[in-house]
Amino acid sequence: MMRDHLSAPLLRVRGVAKRFGSFTALHEASFDLWPGEVLAVVGESGSGKSTLLNAIAARLKPDAGSVQYLMRDGSLRDVHGMSQAQQRLLGRTDWGFVHQNPADGLRMDVSAGANVGERLMGLGQRHYGQLRTTAEEWLQRVEIDAIRIDDAPRTFSGGMRQRLQIARNLVTRPRLVFMDEPTSGLDVSVQARLLDLLRQLTRDLGLAVVIVTHDLAVARLLAHRMVVMQRGRVVESGLTDQVLDDPQHPYTQLLVSSVLQP
Amino acid sequence: MSQDMTSHDFHPILSVRGVSKRFVLHHQHGAVLPVFDRADLDVHGGECVVLDGPSGMGKSTLLKLVYANYRPTAGEIWVQSATGGRINLCEATPRELVDLRRHTIGYVSQFLRVIPRVSALDVVAEPLTEDLAGDGESLVLAREAAREQAGQWLTRLRIPERLWTLPPATFSGGEQQRINIARSLIKPRPLLLLDEPTASLDKANTQTVIELIAEARSRGAALLGIFHDGAVAEAVATRRVPVASFRSPTAAAPATTPEGVPA
Repeated sequence: MMRDHLSAPLLRVRGVAKRFGSFTALHEASFDLWPGEVLAVVGESGSGKSTLLNAIAARLKPDAGSVQYLMRDGSLRDVHGMSQAQQRLLGRTDWGFVHQNPADGLRMDVSAGANVGERLMGLGQRHYGQLRTTAEEWLQRVEIDAIRIDDAPRTFSGGMRQRLQIARNLVTRPRLVFMDEPTSGLDVSVQARLLDLLRQLTRDLGLAVVIVTHDLAVARLLAHRMVVMQRGRVVESGLTDQVLDDPQHPYTQLLVSSVLQP
Repeated sequence: MSQDMTSHDFHPILSVRGVSKRFVLHHQHGAVLPVFDRADLDVHGGECVVLDGPSGMGKSTLLKLVYANYRPTAGEIWVQSATGGRINLCEATPRELVDLRRHTIGYVSQFLRVIPRVSALDVVAEPLTEDLAGDGESLVLAREAAREQAGQWLTRLRIPERLWTLPPATFSGGEQQRINIARSLIKPRPLLLLDEPTASLDKANTQTVIELIAEARSRGAALLGIFHDGAVAEAVATRRVPVASFRSPTAAAPATTPEGVPA
């Protein structure tokens, strides 16, 4: 039987809190994330979703609490106790971060191929032919025609840019990917394609994902579990369909009942 | 009825103990909809228990509680896990629940939740491939094997082969329901929850579903279902249980429970 104490979670978040001046953006948040699990963080703008994401992804130092990560060697490391260089290495190899705006995660003026290859070069790969082959494979995997490999993402559509950002992150085979509203800047038709691709890639690669979204349908499609945030607090959590179909907290009930169902 | 399943002599596969369920609607002036009050129900391997009662009495609500889709207000729901041990759904971690749904509890809902762009064949094959990760040769082979099995299920449920590569979004209600049945049954789980699996099926396909239920029973699965068609209920049931016996005394009149809740 799979009891939780027999293996360690990939990510262990305990009592993470963040204040900006006198404003508490994030009250003590705690959760565990296991390999292959997709966790959605939902809530309205200003509820603390992105603060939580940034605090666990080591992009923001929390005022309290701890974030521990299970390294590939099996040791559990305190993420905020690492040096900046160690954090950067983790962020370039075993972690990915997909930004809402692809321009924040891509280098817009270098070629698509170089965007995909950059993380590999950071790990010491120098063989040009091999880098190019890997880049071609990943472009195809995210449904970008390989003939666009030498074009800069500035010339790409929004949906293509977002798919390129995903390829750039996944090329080093990270085990944990953070996503901040990855679909919300896109047209609905483009969203469906990206969602399907994300769903497929997370399953095929067994990725653990923390995805921030205000779109409950995105959470329903991608996430095993979700947490609902309001005014910096996690007010409800559980299996995605539990939270959406049998919401307990007044705020979750409001959130769920406010969605138009097409 | 012959009962030679050894599991019958031991713990039931499903044991509902003292389960109460109330919906509290915070934005309807805190209205409380009581559904169940201390409901008890056991289902053993080899049994098909059919829930009886008019609409709005909580039949689907009970299935959703057993699938851990709804959370009980009080009580315990024990399930014999396919991977060993008994688990109380009400205390299980989300991770344990995901694992139970993968290996132990199958659920045929009334409607297929459509996944955009995924073909009917892959929708059906997915439960067999979802535990496999990586992208080596083994995943490719496993996926091919799963697709082959999915094809057999689709053939048996009379889905024309020209539809297999299409996403089921545009299929008819009956076709979607058959896709749903195939997806839910392709992995032989020990506990099956059936929410009107034959509601929009024609005679031939209804007969196939009756046969599939008999096959699941004979491999030792425990089934709990809702069938509005009296003849189907009669054909599949080894025992019938009126949900009225689970009702809260203050909820005598049928309440519009699941639909009344924001969903």
